[in-house]
Amino acid sequence: MITRILECPVMREISASDITKAVRDLYSTCCIEVRPDYKAALEKARTKEASPLGRQILGTMLENYRIAETERSPMCQDTGFPVVFVEIGQDVRVDGDLKGAIQEGLRQGTKQGFLRGSLVRDPLSRAPNTGDNTPGIVHFDIVPGDKLRIDVLAKGGGSENKSRLYMLKPNDGLDGIRNAVRETVSLAGPDACPPFVVGVGVGGTFDKCAELAKKALMRTIGSANAEPAADKLEKELEVELNKLGVGPQGMGGSTTAVAVFIETHPVHIASFPVAVNIQCNANRHKGTDL
Amino acid sequence: MIRREADVVRVTPPLSDAEVLELRAGDAVRITGVLLTGRDAAHKRLNELINANQPLPVDLKGQIIYYVGPTPAKPGQVIGSAGPTTGGRMDSTTEPLLRMGLKGAIGKGERGPAMREAFKKHVAVYFGAIGGSGAYLAKRITAQEIVAYPELGTEAIRRLTVEDFPVVVINDAHGADFYEEGRRKYATT
Repeated sequence: MITRILECPVMREISASDITKAVRDLYSTCCIEVRPDYKAALEKARTKEASPLGRQILGTMLENYRIAETERSPMCQDTGFPVVFVEIGQDVRVDGDLKGAIQEGLRQGTKQGFLRGSLVRDPLSRAPNTGDNTPGIVHFDIVPGDKLRIDVLAKGGGSENKSRLYMLKPNDGLDGIRNAVRETVSLAGPDACPPFVVGVGVGGTFDKCAELAKKALMRTIGSANAEPAADKLEKELEVELNKLGVGPQGMGGSTTAVAVFIETHPVHIASFPVAVNIQCNANRHKGTDL
Repeated sequence: MIRREADVVRVTPPLSDAEVLELRAGDAVRITGVLLTGRDAAHKRLNELINANQPLPVDLKGQIIYYVGPTPAKPGQVIGSAGPTTGGRMDSTTEPLLRMGLKGAIGKGERGPAMREAFKKHVAVYFGAIGGSGAYLAKRITAQEIVAYPELGTEAIRRLTVEDFPVVVINDAHGADFYEEGRRKYATT
């Protein structure tokens, strides 16, 4: 006798339209409301900043966040390249077109938030402007569980332009990382609108490393790195970067970076990639669980 | 017009060479009056016209150009958010505009060594505004009008009317650079 047991896995269903709504609100809102942890970091920095002009500039930035929030206007005219991180629980079934739903959310968010169209369709001819900030960059990951996590970053061009990737040698060690981070931040200077959050990817491949650096930017300021060696290096780097003198808006001062976050990944025995992604003072990121 | 007060210099374009020479790196400036806008795409077009000896759609003589691509205005707003974009991207396309009489530019971020020389040679000045503070700076803009290249959208050339628009002199016409001075002053390594 053959008994066939049909196991029907319990899949949680999430509709594509709910995903669109979530992305729409995350994108438009993150362009208007600065990250609260970043705002708190600037408030703290303002009490410690060595330069009087630097303190004044930090005050203007905080005033800018207040105006943006009160008037529901974007804090910065560059409303960024939308970068979306999606973690899909393996027990989730999306009813509809997931990729399409995300792009539709960005399209609607651009309209809802009166955001600027900042993307051109063809990088070679540099035209036409897509008008709605699609297509955003989307990173998917499959995780255990039945939740769907969406994080949206609006990544400004000024700070992205100053980000760098280094293919170091394995024996360059921690000093190699220190030099790469210091050099990138020093070269970024006033162009990338400091005070920065600095995302550092270490390990993986050429492409993975850059993704790690971007992912690092999402960590909450003040949180510890679970890896003690990386945590120590983060704190050392933050102190070192604030000795560069770049200061708020690059006009000189003791507040150049308010956080350094490191994300690591296993690496080839011959390789040592280090990516440094700069986040400007228009620090825009919001996430939600569906 | 330029008027130096206790802790601020009041500027209203158009500016003469003599007025530009009064401005010094580090001066806190408030601009009231008219600014032109233009960023990468508009600079490219203006350069093409200048290279071909064609007339420009705007008179640059004595004027200040603001590197900005604003967000769309919401109902009831004069303009959307309107902070500065990176000035260094305009390094390769600025000198032809200076030759046509442009006296100033507003952006954020460093200009290359060749630009410092160009500002000296053509007696012009580069102002830094606070990048990222687009909602704050928009409050100082009281009128806007597109004057050229409407098809460029956010990159069109606009005429803005501003009141007490806050900037700092970064590169003056004497070769100084305030970003460099500021960094040197506060560097502790």
